[in-house]
Amino acid sequence: MLNYNFNWSVIWRNWDAFLDALLLGLGMAVLSLLVGCIIGLLVAYARLAQNRVLQWAAWAYVELIRNTPLLLLVFMCYFGLPELGIRFLDKVESFVLTLSLYAGAYMAEVFRAGLSSIPRQYVEAAKAIGMRPWQRQRWVVLPVMFRITLPSLSNNLISLFKDTSLAAAIAVPELTFTARQVNANTFRVMEAWLTATALYLVTCYAIALALRAVERRYASIR
Amino acid sequence: MATSKAALLLQARGVTKSFGDLEILKGIDLDVRQGQVVALIGASGSGKTTFLRCINLLEEYERGEIRLDGEQIGYRVESRERRRLSEAQVSAQRARIGMVFQSFNLFPHMSAEQNVMLGLTKVRGKPKVEAQEIARHWLDRVGLADRRDHYPYQLSGGQQQRVAIARAVAMEPRLLLFDEVTSALDPELVAEVLAVMQDLARSGMTMLLVSHEMLFVRQVADHVVFMDGGVVAQAGAPAEVFERPATPRLRQFLGRFHGILTGAG
Amino acid sequence: MERGTFLYEVWVARWSLLSGFGITLSASVLTIAIATLLGLILGIGLTYGWRPLRWLIRIYVDALRGIPVLVLILFAYYGLALFKINVPPFWAGVIALAAFSIAHIAETIRGGIESLPQGQTEAAKAIGLQFHQRLAYVIIPLATRRVLPPWMNTCAEIVKNTTLLSIIGVVEFLLSNQQAIARNYLVLQFYLFAAVVYLLINFTISQLGAKLERRYAHFRY
Repeated sequence: MLNYNFNWSVIWRNWDAFLDALLLGLGMAVLSLLVGCIIGLLVAYARLAQNRVLQWAAWAYVELIRNTPLLLLVFMCYFGLPELGIRFLDKVESFVLTLSLYAGAYMAEVFRAGLSSIPRQYVEAAKAIGMRPWQRQRWVVLPVMFRITLPSLSNNLISLFKDTSLAAAIAVPELTFTARQVNANTFRVMEAWLTATALYLVTCYAIALALRAVERRYASIR
Repeated sequence: MATSKAALLLQARGVTKSFGDLEILKGIDLDVRQGQVVALIGASGSGKTTFLRCINLLEEYERGEIRLDGEQIGYRVESRERRRLSEAQVSAQRARIGMVFQSFNLFPHMSAEQNVMLGLTKVRGKPKVEAQEIARHWLDRVGLADRRDHYPYQLSGGQQQRVAIARAVAMEPRLLLFDEVTSALDPELVAEVLAVMQDLARSGMTMLLVSHEMLFVRQVADHVVFMDGGVVAQAGAPAEVFERPATPRLRQFLGRFHGILTGAG
Repeated sequence: MERGTFLYEVWVARWSLLSGFGITLSASVLTIAIATLLGLILGIGLTYGWRPLRWLIRIYVDALRGIPVLVLILFAYYGLALFKINVPPFWAGVIALAAFSIAHIAETIRGGIESLPQGQTEAAKAIGLQFHQRLAYVIIPLATRRVLPPWMNTCAEIVKNTTLLSIIGVVEFLLSNQQAIARNYLVLQFYLFAAVVYLLINFTISQLGAKLERRYAHFRY
């Protein structure tokens, strides 16, 4: 039953496809994280705002996104937006849009926690030297929050990279889709999936290591 | 008060213990006789608490031995090699030594009565009804009869510590260890805990305590041990230790409590 | 009701939707049950295990958290078939989902146990409780209270992850909606309908988790 003869030549022949797929996935993850951070920051400020409507809208956004399966969001965006007349997005753009909105909700929670954990004394000290509100945010609050939230930023990037596998559902040629193609075309099941698994693992590990180095650089400032 | 003729209960010989390169205990010898109240005093970092924790094996130590009723605690020597006793054996020995902690350590998911009953039912194997009776007796004895159904978070620090004492003493230990049990309390709650301890001492319980309550130590202890730098620097009756400190270090240490001690006369 | 309206189409597809909902529910409950039981065992092993065992579990936990669930599901689906292990897609999916969730729950359990104050273990030792008794009467009851809120989060994640079973052809709730869409082209309506249903389930779970968290917030050690 368990006698399987490995034949890795299939993988070498498709190696370029695997690498392209990996890069596409990474690119989509990084882009989504960047857009997600912008969305997340705005939403976090909205949740901490005085305005009740703004507060509520930000809360609703976060809860809606976080309690809906990502795959469903991907389909809603890809199949639903054209129904609303938004037809200029291709598969990759549609997926990145979805993942950005998704990342935005998670980053909003991270940033909200980060903003609320900043000691009041910092802000008061900034007030005392006569900084204006936006100056206080730009030079005091945001830099401190960035350092506090750095670890969750790296966790989120890893999660987002893993989430790019869902793009396979709308035939974006990322890693999971490529593995499935190789599997279907060559019937080398083990080779295809072991390769994909290994590439995901190595990349996640590399992201973790790289970002830990960044964290260490900023850790001294507390 | 116990005389020096009472049976030897606890005997420690040459106990040494290091944390990494730092030698905390450099060979501690100590005898506690049945019914005695022995107090360990000394500056923080002198090793009092560490030694106390070695006695019921919350800390492992490298050399030396500790005997309770002549039986070696925690280890057995087998062809000159020291082996740790099994989990069951260590637990059985711990059950004969009660301990009260600085931070109370009551189980937060159990009421006062349940805290006291846990060891009685699970370790002593007593039926629930009997365990409950014993628990109520001891909670009454520490003045908390009306608090037995309260949970730790509903009790003040002093009340929590009294429950902790009831929990330890209900197991009928041969020896009770007290590790700075009033240090975490607000000043106005210290007295109620000390009163319970004094009551226990009068009833003949053998007690070994680490304390900074010098007045209490002076009034209640039979024997005072001053530890300094991981060794016993001076030991004797309270009057002797407090009146005739043999070393400048002890004199300096006692100097901090000068007002309190002279006030006690 | 008129043909072509959303409510009419829901009525037409009611049995398929209900069955999809049932599949989603049973996949979630099964995964949660398996993952909780094995995750608890691995979590305790990760905290107290013999060193080589701890390493093995650590490798498993870290590896599983570095692989997308979808890859695990596809791997299980194609891989098991390859070895002529005849399991229906539903079970291949549940096994993969559970394998993934076990790693998360084990890590949550370890964190919960290690966050308990040392004094609790010491007090339990001091009254003579043995290791298994300390675990049963003190550590697990306390860790449970710490771990319940993050565990509820994992449950909500599992419910969301069951949608991935649709990719290997399990007609769970999402796929049953897509099948309805394929017949009536009410794309937005049915996707929104599905979103609302998932939202209700997960919002309930997360609110329950938040409530439990508040309930145990007063614990002092």
